[in-house]
Amino acid sequence: MLWMEKFKKSKFRIFKTFLISKFVFINGIISIVVLGLILAFLIYNSLKFFSSYPFFDFISGTRWSPTVNEKFGFVPLMVGSLEVAFGAILIAVPLGIGVAIYIGELAPRLVRETLKPIIEVLATIPSVVLGFIGLKTVVPFVKNIFSLSIGLTALSGSIILAFMSLPTIISISEDAINAVPNGLRNASLALGANKWETTYKIVVPTASSGILAAVMLGLGRIIGETMAVLMITGNSPRIVFSWLQPVRTITATIAAEMGETVQGGLHYSALFGIGLVLFLVTFLTNFTADRFVNRIRNII
Amino acid sequence: MSNNIKIKVKNYGFYYGKIKVLSDITMDIEQNTITAIIGPSGCGKSTFIRTFNRMNDLIANSKVTGEVSVDGINIYKNNVDVVELRKKVGMVFQRPNPFPKTIYDNIAYGPRLHARYSKQKLEHIVEDSLKKAALWDEVKNKLHTNALELSGGQQQRLCIARVLAVNSEIILMDEPASSLDPISTQKIEDLIDELKENYTIIIVTHNMQQAARISQKTAFLLTEKIDEPARLIEYDDTNKIFTNPGDKRTENYITGRFG
Repeated sequence: MLWMEKFKKSKFRIFKTFLISKFVFINGIISIVVLGLILAFLIYNSLKFFSSYPFFDFISGTRWSPTVNEKFGFVPLMVGSLEVAFGAILIAVPLGIGVAIYIGELAPRLVRETLKPIIEVLATIPSVVLGFIGLKTVVPFVKNIFSLSIGLTALSGSIILAFMSLPTIISISEDAINAVPNGLRNASLALGANKWETTYKIVVPTASSGILAAVMLGLGRIIGETMAVLMITGNSPRIVFSWLQPVRTITATIAAEMGETVQGGLHYSALFGIGLVLFLVTFLTNFTADRFVNRIRNII
Repeated sequence: MSNNIKIKVKNYGFYYGKIKVLSDITMDIEQNTITAIIGPSGCGKSTFIRTFNRMNDLIANSKVTGEVSVDGINIYKNNVDVVELRKKVGMVFQRPNPFPKTIYDNIAYGPRLHARYSKQKLEHIVEDSLKKAALWDEVKNKLHTNALELSGGQQQRLCIARVLAVNSEIILMDEPASSLDPISTQKIEDLIDELKENYTIIIVTHNMQQAARISQKTAFLLTEKIDEPARLIEYDDTNKIFTNPGDKRTENYITGRFG
């Protein structure tokens, strides 16, 4: 009955398993609790603002002038953020997917194996460094090419943000393209399709859910990015519908103004308010993107 | 059975880089016939069948020697259009590989590549191909659902229909039933048998009973020693190969003494 003896001894193992599972459970719970606390903290700190400042004036106000006459209009910041983000997406998505297709489908092995790690390393450049590089390269470039009096514009921000999101978009899109089973490529080629037809009719559509996830993650980086846009978009909280004018994003507003506020004051609370809005916007973007990605994944 | 020669292989050899894997194969493949290629694992059967639609072009550093002619044209000449060749010589793979698209779009994929068809014409092609592949009755009410929802056997028949849709004359099948259950295998075999009326079929198979059941001609490939290329040991009527093989090695193989 030796095996029965062994069986009895495994009580320690049961205990160990119990400990490990509880440990993992607690870790999981902590991360959720922390997330909840962040949300609670945002709401708590912005409560003063939302209870004393008319919500309609906040959401539709066209002037952000917190120190002079305590106007907290959200529209200029929203427009600034959207302009910069939209421009960045417009640049980054075609470029990123193009590079991913090149690396994944067309590049010779050696090129692929050197290019991909290099691109992934680009993602680790701190945003303040990129902002500084942008200040010295992109800003004068935009200024000269459009003969502006100042190069700190939404377009400059878009360009730098596009470059910041490119490594994410390229790397994840390329993973998705790589994951397309070779059998599909062979089937397409065997039906008489050429390489290009196979790529855009079979490979890219099959990888589309992954590519979409890549774009969404890139978008997340773009919307949340603070330092670089603070440095090069000019920080002018006015509503302008031009890429060649200075704008100010939600993130840059918080970063720029938080240091000058009175803790607990209306301005302080207002900054938490726009932080809360930013949080909700990014949360909703990710949430819908996630559901969309899942839906496509189910089809494939 | 007509004895028209559809494909002529002469002194054919194949190299992966410097390694020669197939050597000195000479055989004539008849029109409207099912030709089975048998042999132990790793002897280059799949490599050989991929010769006929030049799928081996995709392998870096591969090299072909000798001559392979389809309808009298050497397909390894420089001026041969691979797209035209692959229209004429379709291929069904070991694992069913439908595109993650609808059933309809899977069939229409090939025709759409090669010409602009009207909607009616395309619908006709899709229906016709699915009927020829004995799949129409099972899918006619769900042409616009995703092909991946079909069973493995249905997917494989869909892949056959996909080849039929581009009007291929020759169909290469690389172990088309090896990943299927016996009932699906039966259906595929019945289908292959029907298709030989209008198509020339070359099938690689592991399964000797399958070769004996469905083919009229059988070719036996064998690598005799490690590091040596595989050769064509015997090529003859299937009946003869399985009842009275002319070569001792063939007999050993089909009676299951090795391989």
